[in-house]
Amino acid sequence: MSILQSLIKKEALHVFRDRRTMVITLLMPVLLLLLFGFAISTEVNNVNVVAVVDRHTDETREIIERFSVNPYITFKGVTDNSNADNLLRTGTTDAVVVLKTSNGRLSTQIIVDASNTTVAQASTAYIRGIISGSDMMSPVLTQTLYNPQLKSAYNFVPGIMGMIFILICAIMTSVSIVSEKENGTMDLLLVSPVRPGTVILVKLIPYFILSCTILAVMLIISYTVLELPLSSSIINVILLSIIYIILSLSIGLLVSTVVDTQLTALIVSAVVFMLPVIMLSGMIFPIDNMPVVLQWLSCIIPARWYTAAMRKLMIQQLEINYVLQEISILLSMTGLLLLFALKKFNTRK
Amino acid sequence: MNKAIEISEVSKSYGYIHALDRVNFTVEQGELFGLIGPDGAGKSSLYRIIATLSAPDSGTATVNGMDVVRDYRKLRKRIGYMPEKFSLYQDMTVAENMAFFSSLFGVSAKENYDLIAPIFSQLEKFPDRMAGALSGGMKQKLALSCALIHRPEVLLLDEPTTGVDAVSRSEFWDMLATLREKGITILVSTSYMDEATRCERIAMINNGRILAVDTPSALINRLDENLYNAVATDMFGLLSRLRSNPDVIDCYTFGATLHVVGNDNFSAGQVEEALKKTGMEDVRIYHATGTIEDLFIKQIRDGK
Repeated sequence: MSILQSLIKKEALHVFRDRRTMVITLLMPVLLLLLFGFAISTEVNNVNVVAVVDRHTDETREIIERFSVNPYITFKGVTDNSNADNLLRTGTTDAVVVLKTSNGRLSTQIIVDASNTTVAQASTAYIRGIISGSDMMSPVLTQTLYNPQLKSAYNFVPGIMGMIFILICAIMTSVSIVSEKENGTMDLLLVSPVRPGTVILVKLIPYFILSCTILAVMLIISYTVLELPLSSSIINVILLSIIYIILSLSIGLLVSTVVDTQLTALIVSAVVFMLPVIMLSGMIFPIDNMPVVLQWLSCIIPARWYTAAMRKLMIQQLEINYVLQEISILLSMTGLLLLFALKKFNTRK
Repeated sequence: MNKAIEISEVSKSYGYIHALDRVNFTVEQGELFGLIGPDGAGKSSLYRIIATLSAPDSGTATVNGMDVVRDYRKLRKRIGYMPEKFSLYQDMTVAENMAFFSSLFGVSAKENYDLIAPIFSQLEKFPDRMAGALSGGMKQKLALSCALIHRPEVLLLDEPTTGVDAVSRSEFWDMLATLREKGITILVSTSYMDEATRCERIAMINNGRILAVDTPSALINRLDENLYNAVATDMFGLLSRLRSNPDVIDCYTFGATLHVVGNDNFSAGQVEEALKKTGMEDVRIYHATGTIEDLFIKQIRDGK
């Protein structure tokens, strides 16, 4: 067996023998995707509404009819004024619509439980829309491009992928290299005739393969279960993701050259790389809404560029020339990180 | 012919700590050379330099005539290094560890099997046992086999007997003697002073400095003639009384007894009598044979 083969085989043994980590690594991406794709959605569904009607007319009957057929609203029925307050208090309903007819003119009032502002705002907007539909005003046509159903999965998938690869590549690689340092086996590898560069690059290969497997799993889930639109841009998505995976591996490598214990490696990777990815990559909080300083800071976070490019490729299905800026930034970041890491690794203390 | 290991004026600092301070010694071809010193004496730092893992701040070190800094790539094929902890892959089996380390050096485990056979034979019974599940002595044997698999010219063993039971320790020294007969130069370090006598020559090291280099018997001969054992029921009382005696140069606990170093005026009989008069009825002071440990204490005392 050649030296390279046996080094790779040894690395593979480490990865596969560590069953628990292996299971977590493969399950976590799937779980996160499904969680963000379905359970955690920013869409507001099933708004409970009751109506208080002082006099039933054709107009009020028509409005109530629309409430009961609207998919976002669960119409709980008509109640009287005194009971409405109680229903809001007990949480039986999210909003109360008061329909008053005086002198043949209908006036409406929306009372909404604003303890959850997101639900309150969304339900007010829904109710307003449903009521105004009865007026004979010219309707406003809204066309939502790229994500016609405003599915939150579309928003989250690129961000989650940006996070997962940092998690797996950076944390796992740095921990695995540092554990060899801790056990003293790194010294044995270094006193062997194998070049230090080879030792390190070979350590990255299993994690690269693992990451590619995870990429495949995540893409399959995205395009089937989460029903992201499938098109030829998937090739570019894969290409971009591979660049990002290599970048994350370089981060892990750099961390491992700087720290000496597995615990520090874990903390450094988690705090220095994971948190900014969640906070500043635009995955959850839009970058444009951030203070200017944080916007600048977000520029050095690779996940920001990856997420942005992935949105363009996956959701908007644009050609690759729309993401050239992001790709070149990611490529130069990768080059710099690799250069630093290899340089640091080669020095003899 | 070149010296197997030649260390000249090697110094190494880590920040404020002077790990090695102008270290000099040479190891002849085929010698079993011991590096004796307490924890933190600088043994491992020296090993890392000889094993080409770190470069000295000043001075030079050569192995078989090759410089550890300049010719490190050539050297790495010729030295076998066993670090302080038994560095093996705990999650790999005995056989996998062996196969991995032999392929790392581009040799097959079979071609050098004759060299490791006496050591490895005990491990062959369980090739599928994980290295992490082996006992201390077995781990030590596996680590030594892995360090020997490429038939190195110089074997560097950094505290190979630490954390190993007494029987395995003794066995291990027998194995080293066998390897030496096969012409392999061995540099072995230990903090167990009693193991020093199993080496042909030893270097005593403390605080990064070499205190003495010679054969163990020649070193023991350098010891003061005035070395005595002292015992009594009240050991602590005895210690403080002896220390306050102006004729006593040093007094320290040594196993179950006290070792007393006297000056030329010191007379065991007189001191014993004097102590008995002060109420220590059962005190006994008699002549003692020095050991490497006594020498070590003397060297440190003289160095102050």
